[in-house]
Amino acid sequence: MIDEKQIWSLLEEVKDPEVPVLSIIDLGMVRSVTTSEDKINITLTPTYSGCPAMDVIAMDIRLKLIEKGYRDISIIQQLSPAWTTDWMSEEGKQKLKAFGIAPPNPKQQFCTSDMFQQEAVQCPRCNSYHTELISQFGSTACKSIYRCLDCKEAFDHFKCH
Amino acid sequence: MSTNSFVYTLHLADNTLILAQRNAEWTGHGPVLEQDIAITNISLDLLGQARNFYQYAALQYNSFSAEEKKDVDKYIPRLWKEYNRELQEDDLAFLRDEHQYLNLLITELPKGDWAQTVVRQFFFSTYQFYLYQQLESYRDEQLAAISEKSIKEVAYHLRWSSEWVIRLGNGTEESGKRIKNALNDQWMFTGEMFVSAPYELIDTTSLKSDWQKKIEIIFSEATIEVPQQTWMQSGGKQGRHTEHLGYLLTEMQYLQRAYPNAQW
Repeated sequence: MIDEKQIWSLLEEVKDPEVPVLSIIDLGMVRSVTTSEDKINITLTPTYSGCPAMDVIAMDIRLKLIEKGYRDISIIQQLSPAWTTDWMSEEGKQKLKAFGIAPPNPKQQFCTSDMFQQEAVQCPRCNSYHTELISQFGSTACKSIYRCLDCKEAFDHFKCH
Repeated sequence: MSTNSFVYTLHLADNTLILAQRNAEWTGHGPVLEQDIAITNISLDLLGQARNFYQYAALQYNSFSAEEKKDVDKYIPRLWKEYNRELQEDDLAFLRDEHQYLNLLITELPKGDWAQTVVRQFFFSTYQFYLYQQLESYRDEQLAAISEKSIKEVAYHLRWSSEWVIRLGNGTEESGKRIKNALNDQWMFTGEMFVSAPYELIDTTSLKSDWQKKIEIIFSEATIEVPQQTWMQSGGKQGRHTEHLGYLLTEMQYLQRAYPNAQW
């Protein structure tokens, strides 16, 4: 019998290739892990539709499990319910901040199609809320770019989704 | 599962793929770095949506009976038939000919200047936003799931393009002139969105009033008048395209045609 807890802890070691401080567990991408005899079924919810990290993550999961001797692995992609940044763990948000990326605010607070909204995003370096949006789209699909008006540094913000 | 559902899925996929390709033409050519990144991120989101739709279309086709396959044969790439394997997303994206594409004409228009790109994105994102809202609760679970996921991305595209319409409209004399030109050039391609083709599972005529309302709000913020009644061009949903699509496909399909079955 395969120990599901063991699988979960191995998944903790699979990182987002674009934000390598976050594991796929931190991101809240893993919906379920089920096992039957020698088979492992992992259900993943993709973050952004076009995110190139998705294919890499699926491959990294396979490699990690194969490395530990597991052979029969099935990875299922589940689109609904759609992934949201609210599923990111508190620990994950702290890791992001320590890495220099402002973590997402709760979705209820700010996640609409309304224009010119100002979101209070805290600078991950100096903790100031005196910041401004440079661009809603950043270096990867999940990020926007901000500037801190106090310490003058530009920084990435993991945008609410 | 019906053949209509397959054709409709192709139509949704083609819309997003063709606009993704057009927006990707800005890669390295955006007016400033941040906006170069923004438009290519939008392109990537659309490409991701296209992949989900094409994967679903291929899945539907592979489970069809021989008779159903015959029904939709005119959309199936000839080259693939020599491959002797199941249909895959890339076959649908890269091996079909012009007349087999069912995208809206507005998605294939040249990228033009920044105003042309922004206005097209605004028209299309508004349309997508209301369409996906309907599809989210549609009885086909996979189409509903793709829409539920995609609408979050579309909300960002809509916000971004609305802001740019307003910014250009209230900007300089030059930006105002360009956005008016873009509006006038593209207006006749908007009517096609709301004339449903027989295969469409959502009645798109019902989306028109919401769309029109949003367009009027944003353009009035941009101090630009929206054109009234005018003659509308259609044909994309039936596979009758502008001359621009052929050039786009030639570039996009080059690799798969020169090196069939090439893998990245």
